[in-house]
Amino acid sequence: MTENTDKLEQERNESWRAELRNSMPMKDRVAIERVKMNEIPPEERIKSQTCEVNTGLTEEQAVLEAKRCMDCPKPTCIEGCPVNINIPKFIKNIERKNFAAAAATLKDYSSLPAVCGRVCPQEKQCEAKCSYLKMKKEPVAIGYLERFAADYERTSGNTQIPKINAPNGIKVGAIGSGPSSLSFAGDMIKLGYDVTVFEALHAIGGVLKYGIPEFRLPNAVVDAELDNLARMGVKFEKNFVVGRTASFEDLKEAGYKAFYVGSGAGLPNFMNIPGENLNGVMSSNEYLTRVNLMCANCDDTDTPVMHGKVVAVVGGGNTAMDSVRTAKRLGAERAIIIYRRSREEMPARLEEVKHAIEEGIEFLNLHNPIEYLPNAEGRVAKVRLQKMELGEPDASGRRKPVPIEGAIEEIDIDIAVVAIGVSPNPLIPACLKGIKVTRKGTIEVCEETMQSALPEIFAGGDIVRGGATVILAMGDGRKAASAMHDYLSKK
Amino acid sequence: MNKIIEKQQLSETVFKFVVEAPLIAKSRKPGNFVILRIGEKGERIPLTIVDSDLEKGTITLIVQTVGATSAKLCKLNTGDFITDLVGPLGKATHVSKVGTLLAMGGGVGNAPLLPIVKAFKEAGNRVITVLAARNKDLIILEDEMRKYSDELIVMTDDGSSGRKGLVTDGAEEVIKREKIDECIAIGPAIMMKFAAMLTKKYNIPTQCSLNTIMVDGTGMCGACRVTVGGETKFTCVDGPEFDAHKIDFDELLKRLGAYKKEETEAKNH
Ligand SMILES: Cc1cc2nc3c(=O)[nH]c(=O)nc-3n(C[C@H](O)[C@H](O)[C@H](O)COP(=O)(O)OP(=O)(O)OC[C@H]3O[C@@H](n4cnc5c(N)ncnc54)[C@H](O)[C@@H]3O)c2cc1C
Ligand code: FES
Repeated sequence: MTENTDKLEQERNESWRAELRNSMPMKDRVAIERVKMNEIPPEERIKSQTCEVNTGLTEEQAVLEAKRCMDCPKPTCIEGCPVNINIPKFIKNIERKNFAAAAATLKDYSSLPAVCGRVCPQEKQCEAKCSYLKMKKEPVAIGYLERFAADYERTSGNTQIPKINAPNGIKVGAIGSGPSSLSFAGDMIKLGYDVTVFEALHAIGGVLKYGIPEFRLPNAVVDAELDNLARMGVKFEKNFVVGRTASFEDLKEAGYKAFYVGSGAGLPNFMNIPGENLNGVMSSNEYLTRVNLMCANCDDTDTPVMHGKVVAVVGGGNTAMDSVRTAKRLGAERAIIIYRRSREEMPARLEEVKHAIEEGIEFLNLHNPIEYLPNAEGRVAKVRLQKMELGEPDASGRRKPVPIEGAIEEIDIDIAVVAIGVSPNPLIPACLKGIKVTRKGTIEVCEETMQSALPEIFAGGDIVRGGATVILAMGDGRKAASAMHDYLSKK
Repeated sequence: MNKIIEKQQLSETVFKFVVEAPLIAKSRKPGNFVILRIGEKGERIPLTIVDSDLEKGTITLIVQTVGATSAKLCKLNTGDFITDLVGPLGKATHVSKVGTLLAMGGGVGNAPLLPIVKAFKEAGNRVITVLAARNKDLIILEDEMRKYSDELIVMTDDGSSGRKGLVTDGAEEVIKREKIDECIAIGPAIMMKFAAMLTKKYNIPTQCSLNTIMVDGTGMCGACRVTVGGETKFTCVDGPEFDAHKIDFDELLKRLGAYKKEETEAKNH
């Protein structure tokens, strides 16, 4: 999807961009310090599950940060972005205070910029390729600026509804309502299709709603995107499990011509160690769903959630960070990350680790649970940990943790949350005869078109990639929309 | 939103609801369940689909008031709406011609048992059903069960209906009397545990349908974990029926009480 370099260059050579570049000497730009995100102080924010930690940049901060961007002739940041957003173009629009144009630029490439600005691992993507790094300086805060532009548009009250082609009457279905299906739906409705999104749960948004907590991604941000889609004409069917409530055959009979499967990787993995089914040991999906989807932490809801003085969370990814910080907010005195590798190797976003440390989360790195032990009532009371050390690099390029023989310790816990990854939901693959799945249970698709072995079925996001990222899920949805349009137009 | 078409009280604490749900009515099979939620602050609970009416596009649910949600549901009346209803979920019962089926139902377990008894009868099996409850008033669906059973035995703890004794007492007599090819037992976990022990003694293949704690009901959370044959299974997608002789009932009994503390302490409203 890399945009052809000619177009990028043409846009860069537009007079306003050239003037802007010349309006400030390069040495002045690089002298500006990277902006610091405004945050609610840790003592205050841990009192609430819904208080967003980052409060965003002010206009002045955003414009100043935008000035740091050198508008490089070879913008390597674009290569770092999984959907190749024209980053300098949106940032330079912020510099000239045309925030609406900045937001519009983002929308050309991403259907969920307000979400991605908050949850993308920028330090591994765009910001990892920023030219500032070569000067041993901190990269331009691309993620903060993305969030700024998207939030500006949302809060300005005049969100632009994109132009929609005349309806063509062709029905297509999206299965699942996570970021992947939502971006697919947005593109298809623009092309004039009759789009319905089917969701098994009672809330739309997939992981954005049931997984990622509001202190990181407020529901209002997601709901604004859902409102836009609904205003554009996308239909939503909640409480609808495709393959159960109705089969693909039923839906085809009802006139659906093609489907996009964005059913995610919802199945929680466990370690299969002794004691894992004790009361008090649960998956991060269960813990987060109870709190985020069911509001179990509120007094006036029916769903219960366990509270404990000591909560151990196993894992080092975003899910683990979200769980452990949720535990802190639910009143845990000690909320501990247990991770078998070292801190540097944790896959979580850097910012989440930083926030977790500020909030008093403890880190037990190079420790791996081997058993949970019960109290007299049969509830988890202790976890046995095997200490690890780093050995040779493994297939992922990270140094493989190996057990230190005999180095075993036990810690007292009240709750253990297992956040060691997810697997694809097998329901959809199981009810599609002829679909190809990998050994891991993900659906096999053509990389360019996201089309599966069954021509009318396209798929993307976590059901194709395993647990991945919002931006990749979103990119897949857009790719699939364009390919499905080609496919249906030729039919 | 699904409309309640009909409500009927079956016993002091048990109600029957006929609910509008045309798609579920069409696709459901014996053994399937739904997850429902009452009100925006409600929790998600599983209920077995007891029956369906394709023409009217309805399903039948039977509920006993045990917790906050079942109590809320039982307060709803004909014409009211259920906020969220999703299904059919879970694997369907494997129904085939096995010969003679011995079905054991305990308490409100008769509700999930009924569609299975019906399906086995319709598949040409001889069906003997043993229903049990603490007393006469708590025996539900007796007439419906009789309709689909070649023989129906009722057992009560106090002898107020049928014979005095446990479900297993009635069942063991039948097992001693004639050849039973397959058993199914549905009821409180403790009853199923003893039913499984009984049929294991006689080496009769037995299924139990488990009513574990659930949240999503789609395999997403693992709240419904149960150990079967030494392996962890998710009741909502791998079950709800499992080989009774392989279920770790002691673990199941403990897990059913996982939220006792939270439910009584924090949420006593
Ligand atoms: C706690 C947590 C934190 C995360 N943090 C980040 C982060 O900071 N940054 C980042 O980039 N990524 C993060 N991720 C990963 C990211 O959320 C996922 O990669 C992304 O949501 C995948 O999108 P998707 O659309 O493929 O699927 P999902 O968001 O998983 O949505 C799939 C939806 O499909 C529904 N569904 C499944 N089967 C059916 C069916 N048969 N019929 C109807 N509906 C069905 C499910 O109920 C679900 O709602 C996180 C994930 C978790 C769990
Ligand atoms: S209820 Fe959540 S996985 Fe079964």
